[in-house]
Amino acid sequence: MTEEVSYNANELMVVNAARLLRDHDVVFVGVGIPNLACNLAIRTHAPNLQMIYEAGVIGAQPSRLPLSIGDPTLVTGSTSVCSMYDIFTLYLQRGNVDVGFLGGAQIDQYGNINATVIGDYQHPKVRLPGSGGSMEIAAWANRCYIITPHRKRRFPARVDFRTSIGFLDGGDARKKTGVRGGGPEAVVTDLGVLKPDPDGELVLAALHPGVSFEQVQENTGWVLKQAADCLVTEPPSFEELRILREELDPQRIYI
Amino acid sequence: MTKLLSLHDAVQEYIHEGDLLYASGFTHLIPFAAGHEIIRQGIKNLVLARATPDLIYDQMVATGCARKVIFSYIGNPGVGSLRRVRAAIEAGEIEWEEYSHFSMISRLQAGASGLPFMPMNPTGNLDITTQNPNYKHMKDPYTSQEVVVVPPLKPDVAVVHVQRADVNGNAHVWGILGEQRLAAFASQRVILTAEEIVDESVIRSDPNRTLISGLVVDAVCHVPYCAHPSYTQGYHDRDNAFYLAWDEISKTEEGVQAYLEEWVYGLPDRAAYWGKLGTEVHRRLHAGERLSQPVNYGDY
Repeated sequence: MTEEVSYNANELMVVNAARLLRDHDVVFVGVGIPNLACNLAIRTHAPNLQMIYEAGVIGAQPSRLPLSIGDPTLVTGSTSVCSMYDIFTLYLQRGNVDVGFLGGAQIDQYGNINATVIGDYQHPKVRLPGSGGSMEIAAWANRCYIITPHRKRRFPARVDFRTSIGFLDGGDARKKTGVRGGGPEAVVTDLGVLKPDPDGELVLAALHPGVSFEQVQENTGWVLKQAADCLVTEPPSFEELRILREELDPQRIYI
Repeated sequence: MTKLLSLHDAVQEYIHEGDLLYASGFTHLIPFAAGHEIIRQGIKNLVLARATPDLIYDQMVATGCARKVIFSYIGNPGVGSLRRVRAAIEAGEIEWEEYSHFSMISRLQAGASGLPFMPMNPTGNLDITTQNPNYKHMKDPYTSQEVVVVPPLKPDVAVVHVQRADVNGNAHVWGILGEQRLAAFASQRVILTAEEIVDESVIRSDPNRTLISGLVVDAVCHVPYCAHPSYTQGYHDRDNAFYLAWDEISKTEEGVQAYLEEWVYGLPDRAAYWGKLGTEVHRRLHAGERLSQPVNYGDY
């Protein structure tokens, strides 16, 4: 008999993102939810996962939850620290990164991401932080995962600004640009998981327990297709939640 | 010849109205004390370049030091929006020039290496490359594949904070290295701030750790705790509480002005600032100790 446990939206996203990671993956990671997902994967099914931080840290063994991308706890005890130019070239551009995590204010039907502006670029209604490393991560990591809460304004049919590449307008548009990476493999939200179909269009691949297709459609800005083999995700297990709450983020900063 | 100067004198001598300034440091080693000194001296019309403008440029933009920012990520790292820079952009009060992290750093790499441009692999014809005319596309002459190129960034002046330096400006740096080294080598003039000024023999004891050579340094300033509220690896921790507090302070111009009156205009220098933070903050930011193993360079 399985125990009924309750969980929040962030825990649900962390757990589902963690399950997408494979043992021995080399992951280019930021702080917050992706960091938790990687550490959860290491403690469950992917003990040999390697984390590379954008700030230039490889093999970090943080003794506390890092609160910024450049937290000094990432450095102490790590296997290597290098410059920004090195991390983006020797590791990412060179093709040594399996997985990149991305987020943004808007994700569109073809997995393109906007993290730059809402409205016109020259006269922005809302000025967002901009690319940071995401333009290169989206293009050069072998595969990418996007984690974001599922809200209609976050999922327009077309983003206001393409900060980082998904599948552009679909078909072979991404491939034609010559980018080396394979693009987004999954978008993990608090309602389910979207995955690209062969044309690069994001379709509903899984629903979280208790969520209906209609709910997801209501929160998506295009006519959403449902994959023929659409699944229901396994709810977060007692053990996954215990690791998250007791070991990784006991102060509940990100969950 | 010693290059030792007070930070006040170094800023006065080497940073001029209208300069393109690069105050370096990716989350780590951000020279806040220099930003505050520039604000105190009222230097105007600066072009402020940093991959992550961080709170140092938020404060400088709020005081009207800058006519333009060049950046690749305008956020309050780990917290959210960088409110004053964002407000200035949304209001059309300031010019801006935008890159991704890697293209920004590639510009510095070209500038530091004396190259006419730096190529990078394609990232997919994204909107920034059409909005910013500095991005150009060309054919790799060897394979005919398309590459993206960006021009060199050559700041008039860089401020670079380090753990320790000798009086000639040879500097040991460890921890997150960001773009420290490139900023120093790309710039026409370099002000080095250091937690410690050490004898040349300390530098010579570990030459592999010397990331910045005195060859490119104009002034060396002894400025302990220069990087607060960011941090200096091994000297003090990042003040995350202040990064959170700034999110509130910077919600209004009045909040920012009150902060600047108290913590910048109202104080003569960094020593007074660190003292004013008080023992409770000093204790909270204490770095503790984890020493590296010495290496043997050999007695040749």
